[in-house]
Amino acid sequence: MAETPIVIHEHQFIKLKSVLARTCVECAARVVMLVDRDGHPLAFHGDIAGMDTTSFSSLAAGNVAATTSMAKLIGENVFPAVVHEGERESIFISVIGRSLLVVVFDERSTLSLVKIRTKKASFEVAAFLEEVARDSEEQRHSENSFFAEITDDDIDSLFS
Amino acid sequence: MTFINYASREINCKIVYYGPGLCGKTTNLQHIYDSTAPQAKGKLISLATETDRTLFFDFMPLELGTVRGFKTRFHLYTVPGQVYYDASRKLILKGVDGVVFVADSQEERMDANLESLYNLEENLQTQGYNLMDIPYVLQLNKRDLPNVVPTDELAAELLRKDEPVYEATASQGVGVFDTLKAVAKQVLTELRKG
Repeated sequence: MAETPIVIHEHQFIKLKSVLARTCVECAARVVMLVDRDGHPLAFHGDIAGMDTTSFSSLAAGNVAATTSMAKLIGENVFPAVVHEGERESIFISVIGRSLLVVVFDERSTLSLVKIRTKKASFEVAAFLEEVARDSEEQRHSENSFFAEITDDDIDSLFS
Repeated sequence: MTFINYASREINCKIVYYGPGLCGKTTNLQHIYDSTAPQAKGKLISLATETDRTLFFDFMPLELGTVRGFKTRFHLYTVPGQVYYDASRKLILKGVDGVVFVADSQEERMDANLESLYNLEENLQTQGYNLMDIPYVLQLNKRDLPNVVPTDELAAELLRKDEPVYEATASQGVGVFDTLKAVAKQVLTELRKG
């Protein structure tokens, strides 16, 4: 395994969800999501009815990966934020380390409001991600890891 | 990079199908998509050109079942095979947990296979991985065509370690799930090792 898996425990997940919920209200947004840069959806809050959050996360990660590479081609290290403005719905993506804070909003909010409010949230998310990374690394080396208990039979049973 | 959520009891892993242009990467995904129950899969997203060549990537999430109460979800990606989309290929390899190399068995595609395999090794290194250390499966595709290189010869050219090798005809679904199972099993075994 090249990288340490990200492991989010229940108490951390609850904490993350509460940050996203508050950000969603403060931004007057439709949905706020935290997505890993590899495209895994970590958590979301808001009105996701009819929204495929898995595909959305994968595309958001691809989007940021592409714009980051474009940034490098013109001498920038990274574009810290990516914005897509639609007729009714818009998307704001803030890059926070290995994760992306994604805000979907409509005419009830504005881009400047979303930018200001996500800035505050991004500090909390960054601290949260640091904690998760630290715990994940510790867990990786723990002999009591849940995953150390997985047997060959467990894995084989997936494919039976 | 694997993502494990204890709250929703999910394990998410990323598998990338790599190989030269027109070797059948998207066909592998399409077959998996067509053969899987609706509740086990998400949408198949294809970022393709107007002529249906992969431009950026294809993507589909697939749920295989549960391990000790954890749902195992695999995010399957393909890369664009055409040589000039190298920047996109590098991006898609970020955070990969397992790789399937889809080789085109036709004689005239041998050079393209080798070029793509070198490219995979190089691009993995760029992302900080080593092909020798990551879950990896070799699929010899298009075995139904008349002008194919014998399996032994093809494997001798393309084998990089003791990776599992599967013959396939992805357009008919042959070997597609065997390949997927082999790589998924390696990914989960790696996860257990920590």
